[in-house]
Amino acid sequence: MSAAPCAVVGIGQTKCASTRGDASIGGLVREAVDRALADAEMSMADIDAIVIGKAPDPLEGVMMPELWLADALAAAGKPVFRVHTAGSVGGSTAIVASHLVTGGVHERVLTLAFEKQSDGNAMWALSVPLPFGMPVHAGAGGYFAPHVRSYIRRSGAPPHIGAMVAIKHRLNACRNPYAHLHEPDWTLEKAMESPMLWDPVRFVETCPSSDGAVAMVLGSAAVAAQRRPAPPAWVHATAMRSEPTMFAGRNQVNPLAGRMCADDLWRAAAITTPIDEIDVAEIYVPFAWFEPMWLENLGFCGENEGWRLVDDGQTEMGGRLPVNPSGGVLSSNPIGASGMLRFAEAALQVRGGAGEHQVEGARTALGHAYGGGSQFFAMWVVGADPP
Amino acid sequence: MRDVAIVSFAQTKHVPRTNLSTAELLLPVIGAALAAVELDRHRVDFWCHGSCDYLSGQPFSFVAAVDAIGAWPPIVESHVEADGAFALYEAWVKLQTGEADTAVVFANGKSASGDTRRILTLQLDPYYVAPLWPDAVSLAALQARVALDAGVVTEADMADVVARSRRDAAANPCAVVADADAHEDALLAAPFHAEPLRAHDCPPPTDGAAAVVLAAGDAARDLCERPAWIRGIDHRIDGHDIGRRNLSSVPSARTAAERAGVSGRFDVAELHAPFSHEEVLLRLAMHVEAESFNASGGALCANPIMATGLIRFGEVAARIHRGEAGRGLAHAMSGPCLQQNLVAVLEADA
Repeated sequence: MSAAPCAVVGIGQTKCASTRGDASIGGLVREAVDRALADAEMSMADIDAIVIGKAPDPLEGVMMPELWLADALAAAGKPVFRVHTAGSVGGSTAIVASHLVTGGVHERVLTLAFEKQSDGNAMWALSVPLPFGMPVHAGAGGYFAPHVRSYIRRSGAPPHIGAMVAIKHRLNACRNPYAHLHEPDWTLEKAMESPMLWDPVRFVETCPSSDGAVAMVLGSAAVAAQRRPAPPAWVHATAMRSEPTMFAGRNQVNPLAGRMCADDLWRAAAITTPIDEIDVAEIYVPFAWFEPMWLENLGFCGENEGWRLVDDGQTEMGGRLPVNPSGGVLSSNPIGASGMLRFAEAALQVRGGAGEHQVEGARTALGHAYGGGSQFFAMWVVGADPP
Repeated sequence: MRDVAIVSFAQTKHVPRTNLSTAELLLPVIGAALAAVELDRHRVDFWCHGSCDYLSGQPFSFVAAVDAIGAWPPIVESHVEADGAFALYEAWVKLQTGEADTAVVFANGKSASGDTRRILTLQLDPYYVAPLWPDAVSLAALQARVALDAGVVTEADMADVVARSRRDAAANPCAVVADADAHEDALLAAPFHAEPLRAHDCPPPTDGAAAVVLAAGDAARDLCERPAWIRGIDHRIDGHDIGRRNLSSVPSARTAAERAGVSGRFDVAELHAPFSHEEVLLRLAMHVEAESFNASGGALCANPIMATGLIRFGEVAARIHRGEAGRGLAHAMSGPCLQQNLVAVLEADA
């Protein structure tokens, strides 16, 4: 049985900031949704179903906020569906929404994701001791720093790679009006002097805490055919994989779930050499060293070679594989929305609608998200041409 | 649409309180659901989990469940922050895409980890309503009062629902509350708990878990002699603001039922109604006629919150599997005062 095609026909996002004090959660979400609907030349009345994603509810203190947001979204009478798969949630949410179209259930699906970190304290919320488990109390940076240390040891990467990745993201972000951090003055020398937060992760190599939201309208081939003049982005393939958090012998630097997810994705998209066939990638990089780590995990290069692509400038704008032209998670991190931002930015690129951070001639793009202890993966490939 | 069926169902023997962890609670239930259809876990194409962080007081609490399903080699898996019935919906959608032929759906909930009555308050508008701390039982009582005043529900109706549920639960070894001799008159003599609700009009605190196996087309026929085919399924939401809803009706349940193809008479109906008046409101909203309602005892006799809705689907399917029913209605809800409703029509092959 072959699935029906699905296209991204509308994209909207908010300006990210450490505190969006001008907007409630509902207002923030509505800002992204209204922009996506305007882009799709639709109103809420045209939407068949809504799929919402966000990271853990304790981050804002609202339990299952989609129930309350039904009012802000004017969703009464519609199906509203909530997804939660840790940091990968933004990606998983877009995938579930796309399945409503490819499965032939709905024609026009609105999907959105958000986080309003200023309404809570994510560091506290992520450090609640488990009744039956060993508390980590480290936050995400402390959790992932050992993985980075291990990567550096295994790969022999020189110490400036993290700083290089970080400043590339910060400079790319200056060309994205929605990015949280606009810091044009970074140099490699300055970045190498940035304070060490979780050895070997420096302050500049760390994502910010952001308020922000993103929304997309997904449609069937019939819906996409009605759209003029903005072209749609076609969903070529989606994939998700999960593995347990910890067990003896688990490869936490290059997790099998990520490799299998990428294999599933490339197979479904009929891509055999990703580095040649993908024009631009939006990869979930919350700490700078994860760019080379995920390049390897995704199969863009061999094991322990990801840092060489970075060192050669191949992942910069104009390189062989521009990674995160938007500035990525390193420049904006509304946690629940961060994955969907990657998916939406990939779609923007193949639509030619990324403005100043557009990769020229981008026809095929990757959107990637991960979550938990590098154990949940969600990915999609979008293209300018129908699948 | 692709033919998809529930082919297996398992649930815990529910208890008011357990010290088992999420993984310990889920492991035997998932094992039982797979064993019943002799399906090896490596042959499961998709896994979907329903649970809620706030019940365990722990962000990412669902991550521990991955340990219960033996996610190695890595699996294709998703999670909803909702009742497991919504995870079943996501799995049904996944099977519709043709990317999977089999799926395991599971859910767990532990009321005893916290004060559910107060925790559910955090579902409300965080700026204007939640700070006043209207709790879940009080909100249900408000809806019951509106329904009584509107004349769509009577106190006798509510007592009938409770008495019948408790008598039926006597035959359900998984229930936490049961009384073969339950009688309406005795129930109506009990004092109010949150007027007009009496204690027996409210669900018992319950810890438990459940799992179902879904399969499409021939895979379903291979696994199960009498699959419970999902002939129609739909979910809808109502607005949230309590002050702007007419609480004596449930429009989202009505729309979902119409879209799921609810009509005619059912052999069985399992409605996710933790409060007695809710069953009456749902029957009216969905225009559902059935030989039996909540023959398991329903949510009034076992309410492992976040698994309760999935259990309604499982109970209907199990009766079809055993040949006790040919056609059933399964319903799950979410949110304060029946805000969100999911409805499915399940049927055996003719």
